[in-house]
Amino acid sequence: MSSDADEGAPAPPVDQVRTGLVGSLRSHLGTAVLETEVANGDVWVRLERAAWSKAAGVLRNELGMDYFCFLSGLDWMANPGLSGEKVWDPDGGVSLDEEGGDEVAEEPAGSHHTGVAGGDSRFQVFARVYSTGEKVGITLKADLDEADPRIGSWVAVYRGADWHEREAWEMYGFTFDGHPGLRHMYLPSDFEGHPMRKDFPLLAREVKPWPGLVDVEAMPGEEAGEGEGTEG
Amino acid sequence: MAVSTEWQKAAYVAAQAADARVHVELETEGMTLNIGPQHPATHGTLRIVVRLDGEQVVWAEPVAGYMHRGYEKLCEVRTYPQVTTLINRIDWLGHFANEVPFILAAEQLMGIEAPPRAQWIRTIFFEMARIANITLFLGDMGVQLGAITPIFFAFRDREHVLNLMEAATGGRFHPNYDRIGGLKDDLPRGWVEECKTAMKKMRGFCDEIEDLLMGNEIFQERTRGIGVIPPAVGLEYGLSGANIRASGVDFDIRRDEPSPLAYKSCDWKVWTHPDGDSFARYWVRLQEVRESTKIVDQLLESLPAGSIQAKVPRIIKVPAGEAWAHTENPLGEMGYYVVSKGGLGPFRVKIRTPSFSNVSIVPWLLRGVYVPDVITILASLYFILGDIDR
Amino acid sequence: MLGLNIDAYWATTTLKVVVVLSLIPMAAIILGYVFLLKMMSHMQSRLGPMEAGPHGVLQLMADGVKFMQKEDIFPAKADRFVFATAPIVVLMSTFLLYIVIPAGPRLVVEDLDTGIFFALAVSSLSVLGILMAGWSSANKYSLIGALRAAGQLIAYELPLVLAVVGVVMQAGTMSLQGIVHAQADGEIFGVGFMGNPFIFTQFIGFLIFLAAAQAELTQTPFDMPVAESELVAGYMTEYTGFRFLFFFMGEFGTAFAFAAIGATLFLGGWYVPGVHGATADVLGPIVLGTKIMFVAFLIFWIRFSYPRMREDQLQAFAWKFLIPLSLVNIAITGILKVAF
Repeated sequence: MSSDADEGAPAPPVDQVRTGLVGSLRSHLGTAVLETEVANGDVWVRLERAAWSKAAGVLRNELGMDYFCFLSGLDWMANPGLSGEKVWDPDGGVSLDEEGGDEVAEEPAGSHHTGVAGGDSRFQVFARVYSTGEKVGITLKADLDEADPRIGSWVAVYRGADWHEREAWEMYGFTFDGHPGLRHMYLPSDFEGHPMRKDFPLLAREVKPWPGLVDVEAMPGEEAGEGEGTEG
Repeated sequence: MAVSTEWQKAAYVAAQAADARVHVELETEGMTLNIGPQHPATHGTLRIVVRLDGEQVVWAEPVAGYMHRGYEKLCEVRTYPQVTTLINRIDWLGHFANEVPFILAAEQLMGIEAPPRAQWIRTIFFEMARIANITLFLGDMGVQLGAITPIFFAFRDREHVLNLMEAATGGRFHPNYDRIGGLKDDLPRGWVEECKTAMKKMRGFCDEIEDLLMGNEIFQERTRGIGVIPPAVGLEYGLSGANIRASGVDFDIRRDEPSPLAYKSCDWKVWTHPDGDSFARYWVRLQEVRESTKIVDQLLESLPAGSIQAKVPRIIKVPAGEAWAHTENPLGEMGYYVVSKGGLGPFRVKIRTPSFSNVSIVPWLLRGVYVPDVITILASLYFILGDIDR
Repeated sequence: MLGLNIDAYWATTTLKVVVVLSLIPMAAIILGYVFLLKMMSHMQSRLGPMEAGPHGVLQLMADGVKFMQKEDIFPAKADRFVFATAPIVVLMSTFLLYIVIPAGPRLVVEDLDTGIFFALAVSSLSVLGILMAGWSSANKYSLIGALRAAGQLIAYELPLVLAVVGVVMQAGTMSLQGIVHAQADGEIFGVGFMGNPFIFTQFIGFLIFLAAAQAELTQTPFDMPVAESELVAGYMTEYTGFRFLFFFMGEFGTAFAFAAIGATLFLGGWYVPGVHGATADVLGPIVLGTKIMFVAFLIFWIRFSYPRMREDQLQAFAWKFLIPLSLVNIAITGILKVAF
């Protein structure tokens, strides 16, 4: 568990149900549970890739997670072209935030700023299941190999994972071993590429980079870049 | 047939030949039929490929994606306030309901709580979105079954709700009203009274539809026992909302999950039905509309005064983190998993839409079903294309 | 008349044929406008067409012109001859129905002794036309619709005929003029001023006739063959332009004819108490027209209100409910006829 305790303030009340869930999961999966986070009334668990399929069975049968919420992917590469965006300054004109600000700095090549419950690869698969009896849900993550992102399928345990895994394959290129037939969900069958990956370009942003938060449309005649009129 | 004339023999041979021709040309075994993408019955451009044996379905497969707009990718290049304009259009009949979970996720990451008045009004509008959405379903199910009149009453009475939304937000179908930290504008003068009148009219409509359609013997014969979904299978597929409550599962996010919305401040009931067939789904939704009108009435009574927007910075930068927020939308459970890296816009938004999971059960559900029942089942599952395809 | 040796028979026959031929589109237009465009719209709390002519009376004319000027399209794989002939077969069965319907004591094309028998036999010819349409369209939807229609129409012929048998027994004749006279001259328990419209004694028969007629016309709740939200338009899917117009006229013409037959069998036809002889020839059509509107009102009212039944439920309704009921009706009629 890695919830931060405020200095000087009393420690936040321990979330019994969710901590119990984590403990139960650890007892079934052992060292496959890499990192956990219980915070804000929710619980995240990161698993080893090899234990992904087994975890589905454990969740459904031992922990009573009967409701399958969703399964999808995460690509932790930085949004291309979005650092160095323009920021609107209320006191003046538009300035270029060239220092990169505090949070959106250029990331050193090769490293990834990953989220809750850690992770050390560019691709992650994450899923959420819920127990209608206990009224508690859990989010699971697993790291995937960047060169060959493949992981076990959940279809044998949660039939609804069929469509979600198809979508993850289509959008990210993840392969799910044991899936009855990975084929396109939304895109035509001859589509090339995996659109949700950060290196798949959004065409509009290729033509013109993201302008950032631009609040005010200039008056006609004052627009930068407008042609010279007779009225100078 | 000891003695058969030449004429009889010739007739027999001709009959056999005709039979062979018919079977070869008719392909009575396994005719493949495309329902859609242009079809009056599907709510938008959904294509369902079915293989028929006579009038029975042997195999069915929905092909989605004719309306895929790439919302998740688009959200990555928008600021947080800009995202709400996009997500209004996911489930376009329950418009306001799409904005709320996203705003709640962002507020959770920022650690901001909207003031009580804003939460109350959010809940009222959420329930009104539910009323607008499900009212259409009540009429539409009739049309799918051949009763062409109730849907006109549904459209006519829905206008009461849409007019109110327009009065407060400026948009009948895409209000774009929710903001991080509260709402865009306060309610206009006299709105509360008009809303109470409208709720009374909606209750009248529910009674009318109950008499007109639900009590009709033909409607009952067409829907009872059709498309039964066992609760365990439904939960595995991720069915949510009225679909799973009609199978007897007592699961309602408004009651079960903590949220800043005002559901805990009023008295209301979750409706379930044990049968799990198409009639049960229709019945549960009818009761839900009635219940929504009661919720709105109670919230209007207890509407607190105050500001409708918390103090938020001019330029909203949401701190880094991940948040999951989900609500009981008209179609089911809708949720947003927002990953923020501290920028002006989200880093990744996973949009969990109810219809995507609701429709994933169709291949399993349609096996062995007659062609007219296919339409009944699809109508009773009630999906919106924008919700499936995002 | 004109100094030429015109046989009176040919003159009157030509006149009758012209009247009937012009009656079909008129019937379609009247029924279509009053019930389909206006009654349905008002029941659905909307106005219906209002632009073409005052209150939209010319809308169907405009639609007719629109249909006539459309391109004559054949689907690529369609069997051309059968495709073209199918609407004509359907329309022909409609025309033949009008031969026996009397509009006055002397206003009938041909008063056959087997009037009603002929009418029912000829109305089932439309099944052929529908099957031809569905088959030749080379479209799976059309084929499914045609097969459904064939099964349905054949199944509902029986209740139709059996319901009529009760009336025939009571009237003692199959000729439609004879049935009208039987209702005109009869009395109810000695009260003779308004005759004896068979709707009172044959009430069950009337209901069965209405239900069976609804099915014969493929109207909701029996409109599986043309289930709009499932099969697009069933066997009519591939038909456009004037061929579709033929089907449309056939549908409403047959509705008019069935309403007329229903009015004649059960409501007394052209007869109204107190009117005899020559005035009946003038008043008869108007009276019959009013009664037709009443029966058609019932048919269309049910059409707009009810959902449709599934094919197997529809067949079960015919075979397991309507036919036994009509047999019971015949038995009771027979007993009462002998007893009284």
